[in-house]
Amino acid sequence: MEVVISLAIGVMASAGVWLVLRPRSFQVLIGLVLLSYAVNLFIFSVGSLSVASEPILKPGVPADLANYTDPLPQALVLTAIVIGFATTALYLVVILALRGLSGGDHVDGEEERP
Amino acid sequence: MVEPQHLVVAPILLPLATAAVMLLLGEGRRPLKAALNLLSTLAGLIIAVALLVSVAQQDAPAAFGVYAAGNWPVPFGIVLVADTLAAGLAVLTGCVGLASLCFALARWQHAGVYYHALFQLQLMGLYGAFLTADLFNLFVFFEVLLAASYGLLLHGGGTQRVRAGLHYISINLVASLLFLIGIAVLYGVTGTLNMADIAAKLPLVPDGDRGLLHAGAAILAIAFLAKAGLWPLNFWLTPAYAAASAPSAAMFAMLTKVGVYAVLRLWSLCFPADAGASALFGGEALLVGGLATLAFGAAGMLASQQLSRLAGYAVISSSGTLVAAMSFANPALTGSALYYLATSTLACCALYLLVELLARAKQIEVGPPQVDDGQKSLPAFVPNEPPPDTNLDDNRIAIVGRAIPGAVVFMGLAFAVTALVVAGFPPLSGFVAKLAMLSALIDLETGAAWLFFSLLIFSGLAAAIALVRNGISHFWTTQDHPAPHLSTLEVLPVMALVAVMMLLVAVAEPALSYTQTIAESLAQPQLYIDAVMRVTPK
Repeated sequence: MEVVISLAIGVMASAGVWLVLRPRSFQVLIGLVLLSYAVNLFIFSVGSLSVASEPILKPGVPADLANYTDPLPQALVLTAIVIGFATTALYLVVILALRGLSGGDHVDGEEERP
Repeated sequence: MVEPQHLVVAPILLPLATAAVMLLLGEGRRPLKAALNLLSTLAGLIIAVALLVSVAQQDAPAAFGVYAAGNWPVPFGIVLVADTLAAGLAVLTGCVGLASLCFALARWQHAGVYYHALFQLQLMGLYGAFLTADLFNLFVFFEVLLAASYGLLLHGGGTQRVRAGLHYISINLVASLLFLIGIAVLYGVTGTLNMADIAAKLPLVPDGDRGLLHAGAAILAIAFLAKAGLWPLNFWLTPAYAAASAPSAAMFAMLTKVGVYAVLRLWSLCFPADAGASALFGGEALLVGGLATLAFGAAGMLASQQLSRLAGYAVISSSGTLVAAMSFANPALTGSALYYLATSTLACCALYLLVELLARAKQIEVGPPQVDDGQKSLPAFVPNEPPPDTNLDDNRIAIVGRAIPGAVVFMGLAFAVTALVVAGFPPLSGFVAKLAMLSALIDLETGAAWLFFSLLIFSGLAAAIALVRNGISHFWTTQDHPAPHLSTLEVLPVMALVAVMMLLVAVAEPALSYTQTIAESLAQPQLYIDAVMRVTPK
């Protein structure tokens, strides 16, 4: 479980960093999306990974992380997803505006001169 | 009846409600929205002043207004705290916001439909970031103020703004992701998000987890310092602020201070000098980064041709000064630096407003087409027909007895005052601030203190040279075009900012003693922790 999550975070983060450093605005956008997936998984994983446990208390079961999963990272991830979604949508609009104004998809609005 | 403790949450709720009402009003009704915006901003400033008065009346330095949102017990619910630092910065936010809004009402509000709503959300984010005592809530307010600032940066449109905006948004999205990683690590190590609770639990962190804790804190600091414009994370700042419309850029002068505030708050709270293995963790990095930023800002000011870029480097240099000053963790120095924060923010705000007025004097098209109703502008004295036998210049106009237009006189005086404050020359507030910092540095007597001392003096010189050169090219060169038309709404905020800077000199003694109180309360994090943790649900 830990290995799978770590691999997923690592692969997405490295792909995201690579794409963010590319000069095409759409690549940067996809890179940011991948990075935010990686970060969301990472937040999820700090609340101790567990299988088939729930965050709602049941009578008679002691309230600790051995029996339950931590609800707070889930709430944080939910907030982070919503905020990330909104900012990504805004970013997409700015990309389209720059595409319309400059006629290219380079992040600087113009191609590099040789 | 509203209880006085609810005052702490009022600066956040008021802009939120105003923005919501404005969105419901649709795309038209601009005069109504402008009036609402002005009223709400003014009310926000008054609330901030009331907060400041209420904490200033309590016993220093343990003066706190704590508000448990939703009446949840403390480590679990979100807490808002108005201490001396947060209240002071909230007042500063109100001043900068009011000046920027007043300027925008003259022209810039017409350049887009949702200007007023975005402006209110920007204020909400700023007030919230200063008042919250919860790490994740801080992230949410950061996102609110950033999302609003994206809209304000793009306000007015054009290739230049969209290009700078794309870079600005990319940088801030990546910084936000780092912010989240930092929060997650701190939560993983301490199991809480309440800033006071984190600080209280840090001494209990086992040695095996300390490396992870430091890594998380460092990642969090990178996110804040990128926002504060610390070198080498500040290459986005100058082009973005120079591309923004004048009132937005004036507002953005406050945004870098949020990053500085967050670092100051968390660093003083979590890593004080008596924190054992984590004592003053990252202090060297802050010092080196601050000094490098100060030098970078000074060099950038000298290299700037345009006043808008020069103002950007002035913002950077102010951030560098603040971060370097706080890295010494010396209350006398931090107190002086906080006074410097107020004066330099006001000066940078005035400078950005003047940029547009001066550019208009050079007849460069920077704003939407002007509606000339001939009523609201200052009088421009047109030279009379010269009598015979007078000394005439190349353009057949008399050299002696030529009246300087009122608008030019106003801009010249305002520019001179602002330049004196930015450069830190006597007799204005910039000088008082620098003098206080320099005298605190002399007492420290370390190598780093002397380096900071000399860099402060050098950056003042660089700012003076750059601003004087810019002033000469704007005011002392022959100008063939007529004096610009300035509307009262544009003159008023600049005059008000200049007046506040003058006022800061007149009340330098109480202002400095107030910032000193802030620094002392920051030096005793236990006071903050106790004030937050002893709150019980009613």
